[in-house]
Amino acid sequence: MPEVETRRRRFINFLLGTSLGATLIAIIYPIIKFLVPPRVAESAASSVVAGKVSELPPNSGKIFKFGSRPGILIRTPTGEFRAFSAICTHLQCTVQYRPDLRQIWCACHNGHYDLNGRNIAGPPPRPLEKYVVNIRGDEIIVSRG
Amino acid sequence: MNTNRLQHYRSWRGRRSQAKLAVILMFVFSLISIWSFSDGLTASGGSDPGVLSPTDPALVLARPSEPMTPAVEKQSGEKAKKDTCVQCHREMGDELAAPVTAMQHDIHYQRGLSCADCHGGDPTEEDMDRAMDPRRGFVGRPTPQDIPRFCGKCHSNAEFMKKYNPRLRVDQEAEYYTSIHGKRLVQGDRKVATCISCHGYHGIRAVSDPQAPVYPTNVARTCGRCHANAGYMRSYSIPHDQLEKWQASVHAEALLKKNDLSAPTCNDCHGNHGAVPPGVTSVANVCGACHTRQAELFRKSPHKPAFDEMGLGECLVCHGNHEIHHPSDEMLGVGDQATCVACHSEGEPAYQAAQTMRQMIDQMVRELNQAEALVDRAARAGMEVSRAKFELNDAHDKLINARVVIHTFSVDELQKVVTPGIDTAKKAHRMGVEALNELQFRRKGLAASLVVIFLAVIGLYLKIRQIERPGA
Amino acid sequence: MEAITKHGWLTWLNDRLGLDPLIELAREKEVPIHRHTIWYYFGGMTLFLFIVQVTTGALLLLYYRPSAETAFESVQFIMTEVSFGWLVRSIHSWSANLMIAMLFVHMFSVYLLKAYRPPRELTWVTGVLLFFIVLAFGFSGYLLPWNKLAFFATKVGTEIAGVVPVIGHFLLRFLRGGDEVTGGTLTRFFGFHVAILPALATFILTVHVWLVQRHGMSVPPSVERQTQNVKTMKFFPNFLLRDAMGWLIALGALAALAALFPWELGEKADPFAPAPAGIKPEWYFLFMFQTLRLLPSHILFIEGEVLGVLVFGLGAVFWLLVPFLDKESIRGQRERVFTFIGVVILLYIAAMTIVGYLS
Repeated sequence: MPEVETRRRRFINFLLGTSLGATLIAIIYPIIKFLVPPRVAESAASSVVAGKVSELPPNSGKIFKFGSRPGILIRTPTGEFRAFSAICTHLQCTVQYRPDLRQIWCACHNGHYDLNGRNIAGPPPRPLEKYVVNIRGDEIIVSRG
Repeated sequence: MNTNRLQHYRSWRGRRSQAKLAVILMFVFSLISIWSFSDGLTASGGSDPGVLSPTDPALVLARPSEPMTPAVEKQSGEKAKKDTCVQCHREMGDELAAPVTAMQHDIHYQRGLSCADCHGGDPTEEDMDRAMDPRRGFVGRPTPQDIPRFCGKCHSNAEFMKKYNPRLRVDQEAEYYTSIHGKRLVQGDRKVATCISCHGYHGIRAVSDPQAPVYPTNVARTCGRCHANAGYMRSYSIPHDQLEKWQASVHAEALLKKNDLSAPTCNDCHGNHGAVPPGVTSVANVCGACHTRQAELFRKSPHKPAFDEMGLGECLVCHGNHEIHHPSDEMLGVGDQATCVACHSEGEPAYQAAQTMRQMIDQMVRELNQAEALVDRAARAGMEVSRAKFELNDAHDKLINARVVIHTFSVDELQKVVTPGIDTAKKAHRMGVEALNELQFRRKGLAASLVVIFLAVIGLYLKIRQIERPGA
Repeated sequence: MEAITKHGWLTWLNDRLGLDPLIELAREKEVPIHRHTIWYYFGGMTLFLFIVQVTTGALLLLYYRPSAETAFESVQFIMTEVSFGWLVRSIHSWSANLMIAMLFVHMFSVYLLKAYRPPRELTWVTGVLLFFIVLAFGFSGYLLPWNKLAFFATKVGTEIAGVVPVIGHFLLRFLRGGDEVTGGTLTRFFGFHVAILPALATFILTVHVWLVQRHGMSVPPSVERQTQNVKTMKFFPNFLLRDAMGWLIALGALAALAALFPWELGEKADPFAPAPAGIKPEWYFLFMFQTLRLLPSHILFIEGEVLGVLVFGLGAVFWLLVPFLDKESIRGQRERVFTFIGVVILLYIAAMTIVGYLS
């Protein structure tokens, strides 16, 4: 009988020890993972690296990801950088830069915006939302104003 | 005073009592409105913040609207005082007063013009006969035949119009005579539209006024007043179902439901003053104003010379004219609703091409839908899918582009845009799968830790029983 | 003692730290067993959830950025980019709510079982102070994600503070850090939430727990009257093991809630946007909010809202001073009025909360 008792006690201690140990691991593991620095060092929703100065010659543009939506970064013929939301205010198509017209253009219904994002021809009812552009070294950083 | 005039005068006197009553009523009404307005003012003069202040928009809106004061009255009170046309006609009531009432909203009146500026005569003259003396330039009511010239007196006069708005065009009259309406009018048809049929008279509003019959959202109804009237159109050889058809179109939906003022209504294709059915060659120009890329690609396509040769009107061969529906993928290929099979039959290479192009678009749509459904599922489960959504957006753009590129009618060209589109959709799909895997990982992690915690609770329970067992 | 001193390292520590009095306290402390013993666990449960809050809160501090421009984005960043960030943040939110719920249960059980009788008056007073601090934690923490709902809830909440007679305007400006809810308010609330309130809470909590250890568990008068010799169990290990069981269950529940119902982030606050319809505070403030909403605009010559705020203020003072007002219980007599008051308050809070949710 005492032997059964001892075995029982050992079993309970074993069960308690391992399960509490495992619980502790289940608590510590997420904490350690949380402490490990994430892939990107800071939140990208308010500002984002939209491109590199070297990849954008004057009179050209490119689409970049801003949150879950597209933005358009353009370099004007005079070499200035500007950024806007790339979503056309007419029917939400993605706009593009037209070097030949020196305008931002929406292919869907021939909407034109000037280089300040103002709707100047075609169906778009409103200007494009404008973003703030900063340059850090070779990186072009776009942020919401 | 000749007999005609006398009768006129008598009937005018007979109406005087009615006019007096109207004046008295108007006076009483304005007293009431002034009183109720000042009442509001006194109430808001108190310190109770719960009551609207005089500048509050709610109060301003509630204020009874004052009658429009013409600019001319403000500028030169002399002339206004002497506007005997307005004075007499207002007093006469009924249809003789109607022009005066309607005039309040008239753009001409608001810009300082009055009756005599169009109808001639002398508004400073108290005596009716002398005021409305044809020798003093009085024209009275113009006949339909005279109307274009009646309006054109000013509107075709660049020198004159410049004073009001240098950007206004002055070619409407000339253009009108090139229209079917204008041509038939010259031939003596009095049923056709003239200026006033569309713009109205006496209460003529600016084109930019949303209440104007020629404001974009009202144009179709205005044209339809005649063109959708079967009885009225009976003597002409054209159909009268255009309005109905247009109202079922994607353009009417955009204009009337979404209030997208850029969507085309009658005049955008037919012109307004020069209204004619657009010729076969000009249709594509009209559509191409907004649908540029489609027009551009079409013009380079093999269909362009073929259609020209057959005298077919480019876009409308497939898309129709008034009843243009939102294009569907069904229009492509060799199915029941496909437009390609109207000309191409089995065995032709073009038939084969149509089939292939449809398969390509279908595959793209399938990939996109699958990816969308997957990403949505992940999003609903609370996962972060902004990257996948971005890719989906991109894939969607590429699908729109592919549907445009169909207008090249070239399998090779289409392939160039379909392949990257499918790749993008697949990328979004992969991201969706990853997000769902992450979700599974979370659930499994939760399950594992719950099992461990459960075991620990059991262990604790057994331990408590063990140490509390009597004799332990 | 023998069992402990068997381990060499404990002896070593004991020699240096002098743990004997603590060990003695743990050995001697006993917990009465009767039909109300269950209520003894809620204090420990609240404490456990508080520790969870401190731990997850400290972790969140590593990535959170307290300014109007970055707060929302940084919380979004924690939820999406940081590994297990979603878990830590969701647990922090869920645990906060569970803690307040447990605190309500703990406080009302202590009240109704008259555990505030001498010599435990200060235990009650420190407990009520902790309750107020926890509410302040909840109020300040709610704003920190800087989302739309939080923004407007804070606006309304601080407006209510502005209604307080005489000092109202000062109070409103003190809370908002200006006349309006701005990024300044956010930074201020952040300071309250992670520095000032924790400092106060730590101090008062230490006193509270020490007092609980010093006086032991109170046996309710009803039990005392019925049984002469109340059975007891040892605090260590019997009671503590039971406590630990509860804590583990709470931990499991938190993990499940966080994994299956992640705390939503909502939309970023826009101070210029119109207030969304149906703004409601967190559930633990709802009964007060609902009361103020139901009050008529004027009661006699006082504004209804002012009266409401005054009554709640007086109620808080009353609640704090209960041990000194309940004379019968002090003398050890049977007392019904305060029990009645407690039940009425409890029913009132429950009813108003339900009405608040339904309306």
